[in-house]
Formats: sequence, C-alpha cells, structure tokens
Amino acid sequence: MYVAVKGGETAIANAHQLLADRRRGNRDLPAITIEQIAEQLALSVDRVMAEASLYDRSLAALAVKQSRGDLIEAIFLLRAYRTTLPRFGTSEPINTARMQIERRVSATYKDLPGGQLLGPTFDYTHRLLDPDLLHDTPVEAPVGRSDADEPVMRVSEILAGEGLIEADGELPSEHIAGDLTREPMEFPMPRDLRLQALARGDEGFLLALGYSTQRGYGRTHPFVGEIRIGLVEVELDVPELGFAVSLGEIRVTECQMVNQFKGSAKAPPQFTRGYGLVFGQSERKAMSMSLVDRALRTQEFGEDVVAPAQDEEFVISHCDNVQATGFVEHLKLPHYVDFQAELDLVRRMRAKHAQSQHHQEAAE
Amino acid sequence: MIETAETHPSGQLDAKRALALLARADHQTLKQVWDGLSAKPHFRKIRGPEVGLVMVKGRIGGGGDPFNLGEATVCRASIETDAGVVGHSYRLGTDKAAAELGAVLHALWQSDEYRQHIESTLLSPIEQRAEAEARTRSQQTAATKVDFFTMVRGED
Repeated sequence: MYVAVKGGETAIANAHQLLADRRRGNRDLPAITIEQIAEQLALSVDRVMAEASLYDRSLAALAVKQSRGDLIEAIFLLRAYRTTLPRFGTSEPINTARMQIERRVSATYKDLPGGQLLGPTFDYTHRLLDPDLLHDTPVEAPVGRSDADEPVMRVSEILAGEGLIEADGELPSEHIAGDLTREPMEFPMPRDLRLQALARGDEGFLLALGYSTQRGYGRTHPFVGEIRIGLVEVELDVPELGFAVSLGEIRVTECQMVNQFKGSAKAPPQFTRGYGLVFGQSERKAMSMSLVDRALRTQEFGEDVVAPAQDEEFVISHCDNVQATGFVEHLKLPHYVDFQAELDLVRRMRAKHAQSQHHQEAAE
Repeated sequence: MIETAETHPSGQLDAKRALALLARADHQTLKQVWDGLSAKPHFRKIRGPEVGLVMVKGRIGGGGDPFNLGEATVCRASIETDAGVVGHSYRLGTDKAAAELGAVLHALWQSDEYRQHIESTLLSPIEQRAEAEARTRSQQTAATKVDFFTMVRGED
C-alpha cells in the first residue's frame, strides 16, 4: 500500500521566510553586494565557477550570497541555472601558451625563460591573523616593474626539446572530445572525459586523493613542472560571420605535473605527465587534478591498479559534489514507509529470537 | 546585397578586431557612444539579445587534443539597420542591453558614414584601455619575479 501524505506547506513557506531572514542577518549591518563578493571573496567565487562548471563571476557571486556562503549549495544553484540555458556552441581550444600571466612558478627549474613570477600568492605569508583587516585600512597599490616582456616558455617544451618527456596528450585521430553533460558516463573512460570530470570535481575530494598518492597509495613521484595562472581569450567560431569571434577573457589555472619516467623495449625512458586546468585562480585544485590525472593513467602505462586514486570508476563516479550531496542529503527526506517496513521486520525477528530462546530454555 | 567588411577577406581582420573590442566594452561605454550619435539610425532585431552557453575547450597537457573544460555564459544579439546592414554581437556574461547595443554599433561600424566616428570614440579608447590594463597587470606580476642570487659558502 502506498499512502501519500500531504501537509507541511505552511511549515515550508515559513521555513523559507526564516531562511531569508537569517541570510540577511542583523539589519543594522549593510547588506553585502554582489560586487563586494566578486571582488573581495574572489576565490570563493572562483571555486563555485570551477565546480559548477560555469564561468560567470556575477552569477557565481549571487549564488554565494544566496547560499549564505555554503559553497556546495552555491555550486548546486549555478548548475541548476545552467540547465535553463541553450548552448550556442563550442569554443576554440583556449591557448594557455598565450596566457596573460599573473603567476607562474616551476619547482623543476630555478632559472627558466620568463622566470619565477610569484603573483598574488598566500605562499610565504606567515599565516598569522591580520588585525588590519578588522578595519577598512587603506591598501597600497602594488609595485610595478617595467621589464615585463620576456616570453614565458612552457617547462614541458624545455624537456621536450631533448625528448625527455612524453607529448602533451594525443587521443586516436578520429576521436572527438566527449561531453559529460550530454552523454551518459561509461567506463573505461577516455582521458578527455576524465579531465572534464576532474575539472568540475570537488576540490576537497581531489585534494585527498592527490595526497593519498603522495603517501604511497599509488605513488607517481610528482614534480611541479609549472603552475600558471592568468587570463586567456575565449573564441567562438560564428557561422554567420565565417570566422572565430573573441568573446572576452577568462581566468584559468594550469598545472603541468612531471612524473617519474616510463620506458619500454621499444621506447627509451621519458618523464610522464599529469595535467590540471581549472576555471579561476585555484592552484590547489589544479595541482590535485594533475596528480589524479596521472594516477588514473595507471593502466595506460601498464601498471597495476592497486590504490583508490588509480581506480577510474571510483574516482570519476564520486568526484562530483552536486551528485554526492544529492544522494547523501536525500537521506533526510521522508522515508517513513520504508522505515515502518524495517521496524515491522525487526520486531518479527526479535519475536522469533525470543521464541527460540524460550524453546531452548524449556529443553534444558 | 550591401557589401560589408566581412565580405572582403581583407576586411576580416578589421571585423575580428571590432567585434573583440565591442565584446570588451561595458554597457555604459556603449551607451555613451550611442547617446552621442547625432543621427540615430533605426534598426530591427533579428535575433536576441539572448543569453546562452558556450562550452570552453582546453587542450590535454596544454597543447594536445581538446577536452571540454566547462561552460561560460555568453550573450548574443543580431540586428539589421534600415539601410540593410546586419550587425552581430557576442560577449561573455549576461548583459543583454550591452549585447544589443554592441550589435547596433557593429552594424554602424560597417557603414562609411559612422565608421570613423565609432573607431575614434569607441574602438580606439577600448583598445588603449585594454592594453593599458594588460600592461599594468604584467608589470605588477613582473615585480613579483624572483631574482635569485647565489651565496658563496665555505673556504677557498
């Protein structure tokens, strides 16, 4: 028997009104603006864009405000919004070699063309709480330096010159980049689809998996060949014009992980690679992604899958935090009938158990 | 058919530049130029302005085969002036008013009557501003460049 239970409309309406009240908080304080969130909580906004897989700073800031700063809720909101929009097309691949660079570091070469550019980093800060930020203390304008025109070469190109590293990553010639938002997931999954899944994957989950490979659960001996953050142009081929139109710039973070070499009877040993590319400024996510990308290539290099980070189905099926939160959080929704059935079952089992105990005692 | 810049292959670079700059101008800037026109042509909407998505592709390893990185919001519009010139606009974000004005100004830019005016009041200033911003950004980044020096240790 299925019994539909109604009611709760008033409770729900009042709960949402209460949510709006708590979101606004103390009315004596000014309401936070979308522009303030986009400017001053920029990295929260970046995370929401990356994991929602939708680049739009204003809408991501709105989602952060609406979710009271709950970033997974904000990601969920932005994902839901994207389903309401038509798709105009697919961009030309972005060219990270021509990035307007805001940060670029390499852990493999000290002196490399373009140099080590620290950019706006938390690295080397002392992680002491800054009481100046309790007030609106004026902030000095950053220093400029005019000898800025040295080309910033990719580290992979330096190594590729000697043939010491594998190529960027080629798929079979007839392969067309798959799209997770259009096709159901199937395993084994080609690398392009895995990268799409990782690019929108949960930062915490990928961080933990990347960390697990460092601790020995599928070691890959990684070096950060290069991390670069900056602006890249997005171009869309427009049929009515007959050429690709520049739509503007987006900020991305790229990580080139250089991993321990592989060789075979046919090919001499060379370094292998993991790749990370993420919307916005997030090198933790880009680094984690590149560690996991390399770990997921285990079988490609003829190694055994022995650790969670190497298990493609495990990693890809669980890295999406919107899916994960949906399934975990659905447990709080009414399961009254299911639970009644379980309750009935456990009562009958206990009755049976008591009966058999009784028989046993009687026999003794 | 009215000849437009796009029908000449030689004009394609010019058109690419104009559309790129229009995509980078905010609504206020576009509105100022539009409001400043002494004679405003009539136009009709052909498409939009409408908001949609573009799937942004990356390349494996930076230069390998493409993969789908994620989507971006894009606003587009197409209009036709009474003179029969069609203007298009595509820009990141969801600003429909800016997309529509962008399309109108693209159409005007294609006509000899307005081209010089739009170049001098809109395109050149946006280009200069974008270049100045990029220069400032790269100079600020350059100031964070590490200048290594070697400490000599030990005897001899």
